[in-house]
Amino acid sequence: MVTVVDITLLILLGVTAIAVVRVRNLFAATMLMGIYSLLSASLFVTMDAMDVAFTEAAVGAGIATILMLGTLALVGSEEKAPKHRPILPLFVTLVTGAVLVYGSLDMPAFGDPNNPVHQHVAPYYLEDSYAETGIPNIVTVVLGSYRGFDTMGEAAVVFTALVGVLLLLARGGEHGHRTVDLRPGALDATSARRKSASPEGEETDHG
Amino acid sequence: MDDRVIVRIGSKILTPFIMVFGLYVQFHGDYGPGGGFQAGVIFAAAFVLYGLVYGLANVLRVLPPGVPYLCGALGVMIFAGTGFVTMALGGSFLGYNALAHDPSHGQHYGILAIEWGVITTVFGVMVGLFYAFAGRRRS
Repeated sequence: MVTVVDITLLILLGVTAIAVVRVRNLFAATMLMGIYSLLSASLFVTMDAMDVAFTEAAVGAGIATILMLGTLALVGSEEKAPKHRPILPLFVTLVTGAVLVYGSLDMPAFGDPNNPVHQHVAPYYLEDSYAETGIPNIVTVVLGSYRGFDTMGEAAVVFTALVGVLLLLARGGEHGHRTVDLRPGALDATSARRKSASPEGEETDHG
Repeated sequence: MDDRVIVRIGSKILTPFIMVFGLYVQFHGDYGPGGGFQAGVIFAAAFVLYGLVYGLANVLRVLPPGVPYLCGALGVMIFAGTGFVTMALGGSFLGYNALAHDPSHGQHYGILAIEWGVITTVFGVMVGLFYAFAGRRRS
């Protein structure tokens, strides 16, 4: 039964990936990417990785899709027709894919408890973490306690992403007038000016 | 804007539930799937949904851009500050056992504190990113 679910999800994943590449409308491509994330999250659920599935559904399917839509509102939603022939990239992709599949043949069987990755620190976490911390969710214990320093780095990385985006987007760049003033009240004035300046309002940009 | 009644009413009804669910994910991170990262995104989604439906100007009135930017920095400081508190109490950096007499209580408090830092950072960054992207207009 689990195999049937896995194969169905993987086929849908493949179909969605091909559709993302084929479709020329970027709005449709963004929506398909959201579906792809949701399918990945379902695959994580079948692997019992609930925490990862949760994150993938919230970040991949949710916030990432919204940020992509925000970008589309700025750059338009029609992709330009490709000028080059796809033969060489296709060849490179197929060769790389074949090498990766060949490499995967030497990997230990999926989910085998005797795999090296399950013999290192995982048994210690599984057996001793509750006695040491009294917290039942092992993922939280590993993230917060055993590897708290890593997680602090992750939080810093997330913060760095905001700093980088603000430096690039919110500070005007080369054309200061392209950035909307975010101070209270300023935005109403800006959009009112835009509405009076151009007959098509900002609503049509999102269409 | 006015003709999308279902979207407006629906999002208005959903927003508080999204926020409560975000807090549920935050505080049950010790017992079930979830934690600060997921909870921060879910809590931010409530504001992003409000901004998408009612416009950026209205969500900026609820949550001025300074708040998420500050939250982004504050969360990292809460996380690192927990580490310094455990050091001041005689433990190692982020060694939560020093936070209480019973080591398992200390672990509990410590993880609660750093998860609070994580949700603050992730919430601030997600809303801040949304502001940065939605605040730009086509030239």
